[in-house]
Amino acid sequence: MSDVVMAEIRKDYLYHLMLKGERADGRAFDEYREISLETGLIRKADGSALVRLGKTTVMVGVKIQPGEPFSDTPNKGVIITNAELVPLASPSFEPGPPNEVGIELARVVDRGVRESGAIDLESLCITPGEKVWIVFIDVHILDDCGNLMDASSLGAIAALMTATVPAAQYALGEDYPLPVKDVPVATTAVEFGDSVIFDPDTDEESVADTKLTVITTADGSICGMQKSRPGFISQDQIYRIVDIACERAKEIREKFLEV
Amino acid sequence: MIGMDEKLSFFKDGLRLDGRLPDELRPIKVEVGVLARADGSCYMEMGENKVIAAVYGPREVHPRHLQEVTRAIVRYRYNMASFSVEERKRPGPDRRSYEVSKVSREALEPVILTSYFPRSVVDVFVEVLQADAGTRTAGINAASVALADAGIPMRSLISSCAAGKVDGEIVLDPMKLEDNFGEADVPIAMNPSGEITLLQMDGRLSKEELQRALELAKAGCQQIYEIQRKVLIDRYSHMDDMGSCDEVVAEEEI
Repeated sequence: MSDVVMAEIRKDYLYHLMLKGERADGRAFDEYREISLETGLIRKADGSALVRLGKTTVMVGVKIQPGEPFSDTPNKGVIITNAELVPLASPSFEPGPPNEVGIELARVVDRGVRESGAIDLESLCITPGEKVWIVFIDVHILDDCGNLMDASSLGAIAALMTATVPAAQYALGEDYPLPVKDVPVATTAVEFGDSVIFDPDTDEESVADTKLTVITTADGSICGMQKSRPGFISQDQIYRIVDIACERAKEIREKFLEV
Repeated sequence: MIGMDEKLSFFKDGLRLDGRLPDELRPIKVEVGVLARADGSCYMEMGENKVIAAVYGPREVHPRHLQEVTRAIVRYRYNMASFSVEERKRPGPDRRSYEVSKVSREALEPVILTSYFPRSVVDVFVEVLQADAGTRTAGINAASVALADAGIPMRSLISSCAAGKVDGEIVLDPMKLEDNFGEADVPIAMNPSGEITLLQMDGRLSKEELQRALELAKAGCQQIYEIQRKVLIDRYSHMDDMGSCDEVVAEEEI
């Protein structure tokens, strides 16, 4: 019950700020929190990235191992994305198998990597029908202060871009950098009242009516979208979010992911 | 299996492989109240998709810690039968069905007047009996009708369909072949006034193509809404004083 009351008070506070064009932490509506990105911190992983988006902290590790291809795609490598919302990251996370929030997060991160064609799956074929490289992208949430989608997606692509295919370890030739052909960037906005707020923190997420994640590629096309939370959104609002999302994604790409 | 490098042509004389126009829905068949035990139910076919939806509730929440003091909770379970797809699917929920269940629930929840039923649950169960691309949208359409059939107070119905991109062209309601080899898929759901409650997208689209896809899908949803509305009216307009109605099954085909 106290949660419900607190949420109402908080919602009221944020709503009144929003009417004045303000956010609790002083950001503009389309402004991101400070982003920091470090790669290669985990030596045991084939690629890794630690992303901080404000106080939100996400570690992404990539492991690449030989394995069997799917029977319907015998000459293609495999991407498997998983997200762990471990209980150390938030009072509302519980131990156990991934819940639907974790599954959705992993699937949206996966959608960005897969649909952008960032990884050329055919180049990951070792022996058609028998052996291909399997790329495991594991998202480990360490501190949930909101907007896990963007932080996790950024971590995933950064980890992939710095990943090495460990061929020598499996006597399959020399190690080589994982070829990455595109740089998908996810940008998330929530709709609250009539306003659109980018990079929401946990408070903003909890009071928002709807959330929309837009994933864009380097050439400015859209390669994935996901609306979540129960709520309505108009077509105009979608177009508005897509426009701003493209700009923000471009900035993030230029700042952190240019080779 | 069609070879990977062979380029498949998706259009012949401006028509699609199943003879549809780019902006045409597959044939739809709806039956309301098909299950005896459920409080509301609906069977729906959209092309080769066959889905059945049941609604139970409002009823007591189990486990009780899930109950909300100010409103009913809504649960949505999307489940594919193991025989519904080409290669047998392992029974039970997988990661995809968890995600589909989540977004489908969120597509319907905004129109359900949950504040009327605190501490209770509205359970929606959707079984996919045959799948041919577009099962989540068919499930939402069936669930929406089943909710109305169960007498759950709602602001409106929800209608849902997808648009896709094949051979560089934006098409309405892609079938399996078009979805598999297509370049993008955009499922949406909306209320009759066009406010969107479900939006997903995968593939690759420019902003202009996205706009075209949303416009097409919106037109599709409007057609579906008319069908949903008509079957419910057909079903309930000749209720007698005892509150029961003839055993005619409402059907509508386009």
